[in-house]
Amino acid sequence: MYSTAQILEWLQEVKDPEIPALSLVDLGVVEILNIEEKDVKICLIPTFSGCPALDYMKSDIEKCLKEKGLNPTVEVNFQKEWSTNMISKQGIENLKSFGLAPPAHISNDNLLLKMLNEVNCPKCGSSNTQLLNPFGPTLCRAIHHCHDCKETFESMKPL
Amino acid sequence: MNLEAIKELLYHLGDDELIMGHRHSEWCGLGPILEEDISFASMAQDEMGHAQAYYMLLQDLGEGTPDQIGFGRTADQFFNSQFVELPNGEYEFSLVRQFLYDVAEHVRLDDLKNSAYEPLKALATRLVREEKYHFMHGITWLARLSSATEEAKFRIQHALNQAFPIAFSMFEPTEAMKQRVQDSVQSHESVLQSKWLALVTELLSDTVLKLPEINTFDSFYGGRMKKHSAHLAPLLDEMTVVIRTDPQTHW
Repeated sequence: MYSTAQILEWLQEVKDPEIPALSLVDLGVVEILNIEEKDVKICLIPTFSGCPALDYMKSDIEKCLKEKGLNPTVEVNFQKEWSTNMISKQGIENLKSFGLAPPAHISNDNLLLKMLNEVNCPKCGSSNTQLLNPFGPTLCRAIHHCHDCKETFESMKPL
Repeated sequence: MNLEAIKELLYHLGDDELIMGHRHSEWCGLGPILEEDISFASMAQDEMGHAQAYYMLLQDLGEGTPDQIGFGRTADQFFNSQFVELPNGEYEFSLVRQFLYDVAEHVRLDDLKNSAYEPLKALATRLVREEKYHFMHGITWLARLSSATEEAKFRIQHALNQAFPIAFSMFEPTEAMKQRVQDSVQSHESVLQSKWLALVTELLSDTVLKLPEINTFDSFYGGRMKKHSAHLAPLLDEMTVVIRTDPQTHW
């Protein structure tokens, strides 16, 4: 019998295809629903609903667990809510080391847009930054400019 | 709860998203500045993802796969409002339409967050947060351009005059809607329309833009009854060219 902890540990190998520093487990999108002998049922929670990486995430999870000798079933569930608040502490650290400004913790949905305007530069830490575009190279990223170190950088949008 | 009436609503929602998403995607590579190219392409991706999510709810009710629903129908089988199928026109028309559309979507999702149909309620709760970024996009650019040069003001106002009367087609009521209102699946379209109008008016009050006077709401009705302008069929032809060429295509 495999434990949930063991399977989550194995799944640490599976990274976000668009942010390779971040594992899907740390991203908060993997939920283990049921384990019966070698049959593991997993729920994959989409981040942004239009994210084109979703199918890759699904097949990467399946591949990883098959290599461990398990028989995984992954179901994608759009009815479950996901929020950047579900990213683990380790995940936030990994985002920073990847050079992406992490999303601030959301306490009130109405402040999402305000929060996007107040992002610290991941290169020099300055708060003297400006939002250039709430849309970036992937759905989950926004583009900012730092007035202190003059770098243009990306953040993961709070959602 | 009447499931046939719910299916109709899911077709309205999914088809609006798919067609609006396709129109947005047409700006990819052609945006007036790079940021806008990226913005419209991102919004297109969002809307197509949302269409897929609505079509998955239809699949759960026995209506075929999302690909079959999205790519397997002809224009006379689509339920989108006529507003979203119109060609992009000039950039300012696309921008004004995006603004009016996303304010409507915000109002609609806010309403569906209280739907008695649980799967839709859960999905709306997720989507309303993603749409906030579209909302921000529309109002930011409208405010910026309407306070810029005389030409910019003139063009935005002109686009608003054109788009506004057609936008009411998003709130076309149907017979099945009455059933859904009775089942607490959604609020009456006229209620949603009033909320939308109030919010649009409030958002534009900080700008010099004026909403044009209109006498009738129903001039562009028809979409919800699968009646469309001549613009939808060519759009679908283009959107489905790959899957028609090779139905077994692996995406």
